[in-house]
Amino acid sequence: MNYIPINEQDKKEMLARIGVKNTEDLLSLQIPEVLRAKKLNITEGISEQELLLLFKNYAKKNKSNLVCFRGAGIYDHFIPSLVDEIIGRSEFSTAYTPYQAEASQGTLQAIFEYQSMICQLTGLDCANASMYDGATAVAEAVLLAVRTSKKNKVIISSAVNPEYISVVETYTKNLNIEIIKIEIDEKTGSVNQNLLQSKMADDIGAVVVQSPNFFGIVEDMQVLSEISKTKNALFVAIVNPVSLGLLKTPCEYGADIAVGEGQVFGNQMYLGGSTFGFLAVKKALEWKIPGRVVGQTIDKNGKRGFVLTLQSREQHIRREKATSNICTNAALNAFAGCVYMACLGSNGIKEIAETNISKARYAFNAIKKIDGFEPLFSNSLFFNEFVFKTTKNVKKIEKQLLKENILGPLNLVKINKKYKDCIMFAVTEKRTKQEIDKLTDILNRV
Amino acid sequence: MNKLLNEIKSNRQECRVVECDVPIDVSIDMKYKGQTVPNIPNLSEISLLRHFTNLSRRNYALSTTFYPLGSCTMKYNPIVNEKIAKFEEFASLHPYQSEETIQGSLEVMYELERALCEISGMDYFTLQPAAGAHGEYAGLLIIAQYFKSKKEKRTKIIVPDSAHGTNPASAALAGFEIVSLKSDENGIISPANLKEVLTQDVACMMMTVPNTLGVFEKNIAEISKMIHENGSLLYYDGANLNAVMGIARPADIGFDVMHINLHKTFSTPHGGGGPGSGPVGVKSFLKDFLPMPLIIKENDEFKVSFNNKKQSIGKMKAFFGNFPVLLKACAYVKALGGVGLKEASTQAVLNANYVLSCLKNKVSIPAGNVCMHEFVLSSKGHLGEGIKTLDVAKRLLDYGYYAPTIYFPLIVEEAMMIEPTETESKQVLDEFIDVLSKIIDESKTNPEIVHNAPVNTFVSRLNEVEAARKPKLHW
Repeated sequence: MNYIPINEQDKKEMLARIGVKNTEDLLSLQIPEVLRAKKLNITEGISEQELLLLFKNYAKKNKSNLVCFRGAGIYDHFIPSLVDEIIGRSEFSTAYTPYQAEASQGTLQAIFEYQSMICQLTGLDCANASMYDGATAVAEAVLLAVRTSKKNKVIISSAVNPEYISVVETYTKNLNIEIIKIEIDEKTGSVNQNLLQSKMADDIGAVVVQSPNFFGIVEDMQVLSEISKTKNALFVAIVNPVSLGLLKTPCEYGADIAVGEGQVFGNQMYLGGSTFGFLAVKKALEWKIPGRVVGQTIDKNGKRGFVLTLQSREQHIRREKATSNICTNAALNAFAGCVYMACLGSNGIKEIAETNISKARYAFNAIKKIDGFEPLFSNSLFFNEFVFKTTKNVKKIEKQLLKENILGPLNLVKINKKYKDCIMFAVTEKRTKQEIDKLTDILNRV
Repeated sequence: MNKLLNEIKSNRQECRVVECDVPIDVSIDMKYKGQTVPNIPNLSEISLLRHFTNLSRRNYALSTTFYPLGSCTMKYNPIVNEKIAKFEEFASLHPYQSEETIQGSLEVMYELERALCEISGMDYFTLQPAAGAHGEYAGLLIIAQYFKSKKEKRTKIIVPDSAHGTNPASAALAGFEIVSLKSDENGIISPANLKEVLTQDVACMMMTVPNTLGVFEKNIAEISKMIHENGSLLYYDGANLNAVMGIARPADIGFDVMHINLHKTFSTPHGGGGPGSGPVGVKSFLKDFLPMPLIIKENDEFKVSFNNKKQSIGKMKAFFGNFPVLLKACAYVKALGGVGLKEASTQAVLNANYVLSCLKNKVSIPAGNVCMHEFVLSSKGHLGEGIKTLDVAKRLLDYGYYAPTIYFPLIVEEAMMIEPTETESKQVLDEFIDVLSKIIDESKTNPEIVHNAPVNTFVSRLNEVEAARKPKLHW
């Protein structure tokens, strides 16, 4: 298959119009012979039917549709059917970036509604059209904070998702920015407030904290925000949007920038991508944010419409002085997030958050009763993820669960050697009581 | 009907997409509990369906019309690939599943990586970068790391003045100083101009081939020699790879590092601005600097490798990359095969030249009368009094076409960049040529109608100045 709708007769006429004998002549007019490629060593093309069979065969080699108790940044949430129906519409999925505003009002209004809902959810004043994912959103937030504060030291909690910390390190290493990781309080699994206080200094540009953090623990963001403000550092909150139906919003505890991973809102897991990252800021940072932003305006007849705006921050105008190099972002994934939020509404967002924490607590309490399982962190509030230390064989647990079609908790030693025998469970609203009971039953048996 | 979501009134109390079949247990300390309720309406499903479906009708998309958007390669996005990407066996995988449970997905990535190597001539690819600019950024970090490992201090990147804005922006983000290089009178890079800026502290030069004027850089062999004799590297911006698949390979013609936009050349849909994918290819001497992890094959098994941890630039994003995009690109390669890929590029070049040859007497073609897969015309001096390229673009919308890229590259006045791609029929091209010619005539005979365009779209021309002056960025 080659998807080319041009026959030999068309070709002949086109070549005649151009005034060349054949396409080879057309190419040799431009490319010196010595630079031409040899025949590509790639297998012959196949039919649509063969293609479907081929990929069905790849697909079968995956062990999929497991009952998922694994999280650590990507979560198995329920997705309302309307989300896939809407984002699957080719009018959205096959459009380009909405540069021609009049012919792109669908995409533009959708992004505007997305921005509005992210602002509503975080309480902040301005959200961009999306970043590639949560990790890159955190990295861009760090750059934004450094740019704004004009200070090049940034404190980051080591309970931030390690994938995010890696990306922050990649993004900052050539820019003369110092990333200071602060250890957590191993007892509570949350940021050590005294340690943070002691590290605060006038040259700290930003403090970056995640809540719920990598271990699922809800941080006392109010106190951490206040500590960072003592030295006028910007407070960057990494939040799980699902949790905002229950927990304080970034605005309520004084965050300057809120970022996070949007996969949990209407996007399938797909091995961790594509997803989207959201980034929202206080009004004062509006002109400094990275990436695209949609604004409301009017047309010549006074009718409401939407355009890409604040564009003089961006690479296609400002080139090397742009606030970021980002161009293509994750529009369709963010749109899935938009439709998801719309499906839930404020009532549903609260409901989902409550269902998550209720089911997680139900599972936590059941696992706690099993011999050989001890919560790693004591007396800490968690949202939908928690860590246990076990005396049982972690590999055996994983194997047995997999045998019964369950993707069990994450073995934390793979992330950090100091967490030997520690396993982290994620329990979303999608897990049923029956599934949780089966999990605990197997944990009991292993 | 032009309501915003929050202006629709169809309140419904409960949501219940999921049943809570365990006891509700939400007691938390007040210091953690949120106090505000977001203003997100609670709407019925039918009102949402209508709202978003109606929004979709206000978009021009590849599935509704010809989209000759230069530099963006808006080719047909095969429907079968969308179907494949929906397979649950791919969609439901968690990134931290063990290798043996994700062999199929790893194999797809491995197969794609090998195909991209063959098409480009590079030795290795990372599939992690999420877009073209993200790929550029990764490529430049690799170059920075390479020179660091050699303990060479090279601080500058040469970027031609015809380059995409992302090139200098990515170079700045990677910590480099940017040296702008002027194109010559034919719109290409001349060795003489290059010589003037090629100092010992140049780490690399970024080039788009064919360049943004649609012209193959015919001095590339000499340029490559100069760059490499200077100890610098050559970066290939793959935005225009659709011109050369099976025709010329970046690695063979002197490039060391490159990125590919899978959402252009490899037919994955743009999604209204993403998700994209920007795999980065390198020659073997740069392999150790690639981002982690890499997908490798050992004894017929696919593995996720962190072997290059010591020298790697690190991670560009979380996990592997934009998997569904990779999957669709792989399906595209398999469907076309080696011969089909060359046919695609060849036809793209033929289509662009056909449109060019039909329009060349109506406008100026600053880079000459032959092009690769796209061309840039200048409307300066060819339109009626007071009519600009912008007006022509807006008038095209009235005729149902999306507009070509305008005012880019910056080196051409009143530029319009047309890329028809290989998946359009001669009939579509002929109709477009007729319409564009007609608009050029209209600009002289009936300038008002062009100046006031568009009138057939959902909104008429929008006030962008007002939007930026008093930003209203949410409801």
